[in-house]
Amino acid sequence: MNLSMNPTMSAAFNNTTQVSLPSDTEVRVTRDFKAPRRLVWQAHTDPALFQRWIGGYPGWTMPVCEMDVRPSGKYRWRWRSEDGNEFGFHGEFREVDAPEKLVQAEFYDPGTFGGAMPTTPTITQTTFTEQRGVTTLVVLITYGSKEERDAAISTGMTDGMETSYARLDALVAEHVEPG
Amino acid sequence: MVQYQHTQLDASFAVLADATRRGILERLGRADASVTELAGTFQMTLTGMKKHIGVLEHTGFVITEKTGRVRTCKLGPRRLEEEMAWIERYRQLWSARFDALDTLLEELQQTERARSPKKGRTSTP
Repeated sequence: MNLSMNPTMSAAFNNTTQVSLPSDTEVRVTRDFKAPRRLVWQAHTDPALFQRWIGGYPGWTMPVCEMDVRPSGKYRWRWRSEDGNEFGFHGEFREVDAPEKLVQAEFYDPGTFGGAMPTTPTITQTTFTEQRGVTTLVVLITYGSKEERDAAISTGMTDGMETSYARLDALVAEHVEPG
Repeated sequence: MVQYQHTQLDASFAVLADATRRGILERLGRADASVTELAGTFQMTLTGMKKHIGVLEHTGFVITEKTGRVRTCKLGPRRLEEEMAWIERYRQLWSARFDALDTLLEELQQTERARSPKKGRTSTP
């Protein structure tokens, strides 16, 4: 693509969500935000703010969002659907290095969807880097095994929320940066 | 190693984006075929088809075997549908979250600008 773009727009800025698989057990998600790093950090560590973006899916509410953001601090998130389904995540913060790095050890709780609870935690490492007013967020999720990573697709979370994503996809399509 | 995996993933997307390659995979899903047969089916030059097969083979979607002068293509060990569906769902999940985060961040910045107009950035058109 060789579109003529606004020259003031940094070529590196990318407001689309990129997903890659660095290894058999990892998933890497990255995206740029036009906001200072401290605010992106705040949105990750203030439960009231975090709750507003991590899972506001149509038809689902997030009645539980408890986070004790400090090393060894615990957290618990739970979602509930209109038709009474529930699932959640809980875990603990391993590293809290404001405003650069957050590492969490997390367990998926299938709730009403059933299925085995993983025995090893999923490690989520979030790094925040800022350059010229743009914050790049990199989320590196490491599963206990390739099987666990691949199994994540069949969880209730993805099944139950798929239709919501389709709707959000349309929003994504509309939300094209003019620059 | 990381770079290699990224390349592999990019290749996956490239495969899906190309109608001819999707067609080749679909065709090979029914039966193995030689490069010449595929070129005929897709009305392409042998060179053009070889390029597509090269990409598909390199990324593991297709394997080829040469017997005499005939190179036969068959589906490789890589499962395109599963992999792509998985990655796409994952991407959609995070894309939805990050769009909501974008909205929130914009709101937080507006609140800050309102509180300290001197520090506020020039308004965008």
